[in-house]
Order: sequence, then structure tokens, then C-alpha cells
Amino acid sequence: MLAYIARRIVYVIPIVLSVALVCFLLVHITPGDPLVAVLPADASQELAAQMRAAYGFDRPLPVQFGLWLWRALHGDLGNSIATGRPVLAEVLRAVSNTVTLAIAAALIGFTLGLLFGLIAGYFRDTWVDKVATSIAIAGVSVPHYWLGMVMVIIFSVQLNWLPAVGAGPGGSGSWGWDWEHMKYLILPAITTSVIPMGIVTRTVRALTGDILSQDFVEALRAKGLRELDVFRHVIKNAAPTALAVMGLQLGYMLGGSILIETVFSWPGSGLLLNSAIFQRDLPLLQGTILVLALFFVTLNLLVDIAQASIDPRIKRG
Amino acid sequence: MAVMSDTALQAAPATKARGYWATVGRRIRRDKVAMACAVVLTLIFLSALFAPWLGLADPYQGSMIRRLRHIGTPNYPLGTDELGRDMLARLIYGGRLSLIIGILPVIFAFIIGTSLGLVAGYVGGKLNTAIMRTVDVFYAFPSVLLAIAISGALGAGIVNSIVSLTIVFVPQITRVAESVTTGVRNMDFVEAARASGAGPFTIMRVHMLGNVLGPIFVYATGLISVSMILAAGLSFLGLGTKPPEPEWGLMLNTLRTAIYVNPWVAALPGVMIFAVSICFNLLSDGMRSAMDIRN
Repeated sequence: MLAYIARRIVYVIPIVLSVALVCFLLVHITPGDPLVAVLPADASQELAAQMRAAYGFDRPLPVQFGLWLWRALHGDLGNSIATGRPVLAEVLRAVSNTVTLAIAAALIGFTLGLLFGLIAGYFRDTWVDKVATSIAIAGVSVPHYWLGMVMVIIFSVQLNWLPAVGAGPGGSGSWGWDWEHMKYLILPAITTSVIPMGIVTRTVRALTGDILSQDFVEALRAKGLRELDVFRHVIKNAAPTALAVMGLQLGYMLGGSILIETVFSWPGSGLLLNSAIFQRDLPLLQGTILVLALFFVTLNLLVDIAQASIDPRIKRG
Repeated sequence: MAVMSDTALQAAPATKARGYWATVGRRIRRDKVAMACAVVLTLIFLSALFAPWLGLADPYQGSMIRRLRHIGTPNYPLGTDELGRDMLARLIYGGRLSLIIGILPVIFAFIIGTSLGLVAGYVGGKLNTAIMRTVDVFYAFPSVLLAIAISGALGAGIVNSIVSLTIVFVPQITRVAESVTTGVRNMDFVEAARASGAGPFTIMRVHMLGNVLGPIFVYATGLISVSMILAAGLSFLGLGTKPPEPEWGLMLNTLRTAIYVNPWVAALPGVMIFAVSICFNLLSDGMRSAMDIRN
């Protein structure tokens, strides 16, 4: 097991470096000068050259990448152009809000997805299956930002039950686990949970169906096992794949939260990314994407390891 | 004798075994859900294509005095938007850009990804490693994040949004194409073609392409649903289409301010995105089961 973990970690290093390279290059595919946002429109050529030297933009690209990577490894992702504050601190504060949202959404989405998937797979081709499959397909097809708007229309505008935007009373960014704060979490969490719910339902349904049609299930039944115990075997066999899919979905929720966070003004990494894009705050854009991608890579690594630890066949593969 | 051969000829088609694609076509035509989706999509496509000849109001012509009319107002069956423009006209005209920015990335990615995957899978070795490891790097980003990162860096615009989504989908299609190709490569008929002196390009084009295209095509059809949602999502964020163009994502964005005044009109563009997305998903599912491809 340790050897497997070591092998997986070694394999992640080139990925992390390439991710860093992509994030670094993002700034350089931007049209025009990366300094456009910092410099006033009427800046002189001299000033522009000075600034370029100060930011290190006058050096060759590989040197710039090396320097940037070295600083990033030491936790220095530069300062935000808009606020002047260190990028890393800004990103980490925002990410904690995104994690809160993603975990709440995962609890809802995974629970429902597993439930619907198991039921649909077990009662295949019955009306229960059809209902569950329809919910799942709606879940994966719905534009979630639109669903967020519809939720706001129903629960905030029409019924006036829940707040439409923000993450707490008074617009404060500090989260607390009381009802006053939880009220703000409900709508964004439900909206975020819809896609993972659909995907987990579809995966688990297919898995359950496949496993139930295998010979060993027949053997278990022939041995006289009760249905509940047969079901236990189904769950055990479906677990590794289901776990991998859920891990990936959690990663998508963390990294792809920008649309939902924009709809609900949820002060997470997505909203930060949104403001970085529209204020042309390139260091912040670069830093946020790097941190989110690294989160995603780490999560994938953990999922792989967890998967291998419950299914010994994977280690050999 | 002549009479006999005539009847034999007439009877021949009935006893002839159906080919693979004919079977797939028959199965999908029997699939009620898939056919219903195909009809809905065709209607949306045709109305978008022939929008100027449908006798609709001008989708750009606003009016300050008739802003945000409700659904069912005389002359404005689906109400008006925040600038007093006819919603029905804008939704139908909106199909043009929305479908283009949603579907083009998948078509481009299909062409690029299939070529890359086919070459990687067929040639194998170092080239395979080079292509597939590069693909892995893009898998290290959640697709929404990657699309927004590239769009955000390139700046707003239709072309940029198509470029960024193409980059998002190429790795996914390449992976599918590569794994399907690797599966087909070692089959006997490929070996036979090689033994009879066919060069690598002939083998790839004549013998492999036909066998790998089906599964990749089905996968790509499923991606259109994601692409529609993401493309409209980029516009919704302000990274795609620019006003005053009618486009569903952008319409949702500009109508967001109206949800307190006229909520249901504001939600309409999303219904269109949802409809197109769910139809493509169901159609892809239908094709998958008609072709009997496992997930």
C-alpha cells in the first residue's frame, strides 16, 4: 500500500508542475500587455518600461516562470492589483467559504444520488426506476445558474422564506453554524447539489444493475442469502467506483463554483475569480486558479488512494 | 425462368440481413423519448434558422414605455424584457447564437480530439505518451474552471468563448478516442490489412475510423448538453456574447435585475437552455442504447 501511495505521489509531481505552467501562461495569453490593468491609460513609455522591470516582465519567459514558481512554492503568489493584499490570503479565505458550500451540497447531492441510484438499479425498468432516472437526467441537464435564479424567485421573491444573496446577516463574510447563517446556505447548497445528484444517481444505477446481473449474485441467492445481505454485497462492489465519482464531483463543486457563487453572491473562490476577471486583476486570477487546481489534483490523489485501499485489485493495475 | 428470377429479386430485400447502421436506425426510431427530443431540437433549430421569416417583432427594438410586460400580454405573448424588447422574438433569435456557441466547440473538439486520439491509439509508444500526458494536464482542472480561466484570460467575446470551450472538450474526446482505438487496433482485421500491405494512414482512415467513430460520436453528442450550459454560462458571467445580441445566457444575465419585478419572464431564457440540454442528453442516451455501447 505504501509503495502504491509513493508511486501515485511521484506521478502527481509532473502534473502539479504542468498545472503551474498553465496557470503561469494564462497571464501571457491575455491580449496586450499584462500590465494594462496597473498602468494608467496615459502612462509614458518610460513608466511602462520601469513597471515592466519591476514586475520582471522584461525577462525571458522561462526565467519568469522559474521565479514565479519559486515564490509560489514559498507561499507567495504576489499581491492583488485591486486590493494590494497578498493573493494567497485572499484565496484561502474565499476557499473556506467554497468548501462550506461544497460540503453542504455534497451531503445533499451524494445522499440523494446514492439513494436514487440504488433504488433505480435494484428495481430496474419499473416505474420507480423511470422516476429516479428522470430526476437524474434533469439534474445533469439543468443550467444550474438558472436553477439558482428560479430558487431565488420562488423562495426569496415569492415566498420570502430565505435570503436571496450573501453568506450571512449584514453581508459579513464570517461564517457561523447557526440558523441565521444556515438560512443563507440552503438555496446555494441545493442548487449546487443538483448536478452531483444526477451524476451519482446515474453511476450507481448502472453499477447496481451490472453487479446484480453477475453470476456471483445468483450464487449468493442460491446459497439462500436474504435479499438484504445480497444488497450488502452489491454495495461493497459498487463502492470503489461510486467513491471515485463522488470524489471527482466534490472537486468539480470546489473548482466550478463560480456560476452559483455569482448568482447568490456567495463570498467564495468563484466570486473572487469573477471579480479578478472583470477587474483584470491577473495575479489574483492566476493565484485563484492555481490554488483551485491544486485542490482538485490533491483530491484526485486522495480518491485514488482511498479507492485502492478498499479495492486491492486497483493497486496491481 | 424469367418469372422466377423476378420474384427472387423482389423477395431478396426482405430476407437480406440488416446492416449494423440500419439496425441502429431502426432501434432509435422506435425509441419514443429519443424521437420526441429529436423533434423538439429540430423545431428549435428550424425556428432559429428561419427566424427572420416567421413574422416576429424586431428582437433589437426596445421601448421605454413597454418594459417588462408580463407573459400573455396582447401582442407580446411571452412579455417584454428590461428594455421593452419582445421576449418571443428574442428567444427565437437567441437560438441562433446560443446554438452556435454551444455546438461549435463540440464539433471542433470532435475533429481535433478524434484525430489526436486515433493517432495516439494507433501509433502508440512515445507519441501516445506525449499526447496522453498532455491530455492529463487538462484533466487536472475542473472543466468549468478551465473554461473560465481561459475565457477570463482571453477576455470576453464569442470567438474566445468558443476557443476556450474547444480546449475544454478536446482532452475528453481524445481520451475516449484513444481508448476505443487501442481496443480496435489489435483486432484481427487490422492485422489482416497490415499483412496485405496497407500503410498506416490507409488503415487509420479506412479500417479504424469507421469502427471508432460511433462511440466517439455518441460521447460527443452527450457533451453538447454540457457545452450548451457552459457556453450560456460564460455569457451569463459576461464572458461570451455582448449586448444587445439576443443569446440565452446573456439574456438571463441582463434579466437578473428584473426578478423582483417580473420573475417569470426573467426565467424564460433558462427554459430554452434547459430544453436543448436535456434533449441532447436524452438523444445521446437513446443512441447509446441503440448502439449498445456500455457507459
